[in-house]
Amino acid sequence: MLANFSDLENKSILITGASRGIGKAIAESLAKNKAHVIFNYRGDEAQANELKEHLQSLGASKVSAIKFDVTDFDTMKTNIDAFVKEHGPISGLVNNAGISKDQLAMRVKPEDIQQTLDVNLKSAMVLTNHLCRQFLKAKGVSIVNMSSVVGLMGNTAQTNYAASKAGLIGYTKSFAKELSSRNFRCNAVCPGFIETEMTKSLPEKAQEEYKKAIPLGNYGSTEDVANLTKFLLSSASSYITGEVIKVDGGLYI
Amino acid sequence: MEIQEKVIKIVSEATKVDASNIKAETNFIDDLNLDSLDMVEMMMKMEEEFGVEIPEDKTEDLKTINDVTNFLNTSN
Repeated sequence: MLANFSDLENKSILITGASRGIGKAIAESLAKNKAHVIFNYRGDEAQANELKEHLQSLGASKVSAIKFDVTDFDTMKTNIDAFVKEHGPISGLVNNAGISKDQLAMRVKPEDIQQTLDVNLKSAMVLTNHLCRQFLKAKGVSIVNMSSVVGLMGNTAQTNYAASKAGLIGYTKSFAKELSSRNFRCNAVCPGFIETEMTKSLPEKAQEEYKKAIPLGNYGSTEDVANLTKFLLSSASSYITGEVIKVDGGLYI
Repeated sequence: MEIQEKVIKIVSEATKVDASNIKAETNFIDDLNLDSLDMVEMMMKMEEEFGVEIPEDKTEDLKTINDVTNFLNTSN
């Protein structure tokens, strides 16, 4: 069948970490395709409402906000269950929430490792595993894990971050194998240097060096990542699972 | 007996095995070739049909039609 994204219409898709950066661009892109966009927020009701209205104005068939912190696993489960009970099953998931605690390996504190792994890796695993039961009642289940090109190539001062993102790739492949019999698909996206607050916080000199290393010559945009994510969530990618796809301008070839 | 008949009917529909070939002692894994994921789905169906909750750690003990029937009998 020729690809279009019409099956995203009314599809219930949960995105973690949608308040800014890549997550926000994905939420916007899905809203434009008339999806039912669901995002989590930690506590700022006003900000959540603002995002809700924004996504609604872009054309989302429905927008829902669920209150939970991705590292508060009990609250996450309770609030997700209550949501599913009221609104029906979620069929798409984008595990996007992420942090970085960059530091030279010899200076990394154990608690920084813990926090990075909890937010970037464990939360995605706990959330996806927990959603499995209700996925069995959904159609066209597709999960996208936001990994990173750093998870593939490694990077100085990013041992925590790289380990968490590489972990997501192992999880993606295992989950894809385990649940392919139920037609659940699971893929990982590896952004390279994308213009976000996270990359802006890198030292300028480092940024210049990175640009030199990118064959396509510049940073990517959050839309570049959103386009691929949308493709992986839709039936246009129905024969793709357990795949790891870079959006990096050729940085890691 | 009524519960057992209903259990057999649900299992028969899910597995496409004729109900006449499913007995009280029929084992889900050995006789019906269900895998662990199939078992989770089967127990979810039981939960829905009978309006009960089957605790995750309990499902390991439910190996036969009889086990399920007994569990449902005692949980009501």
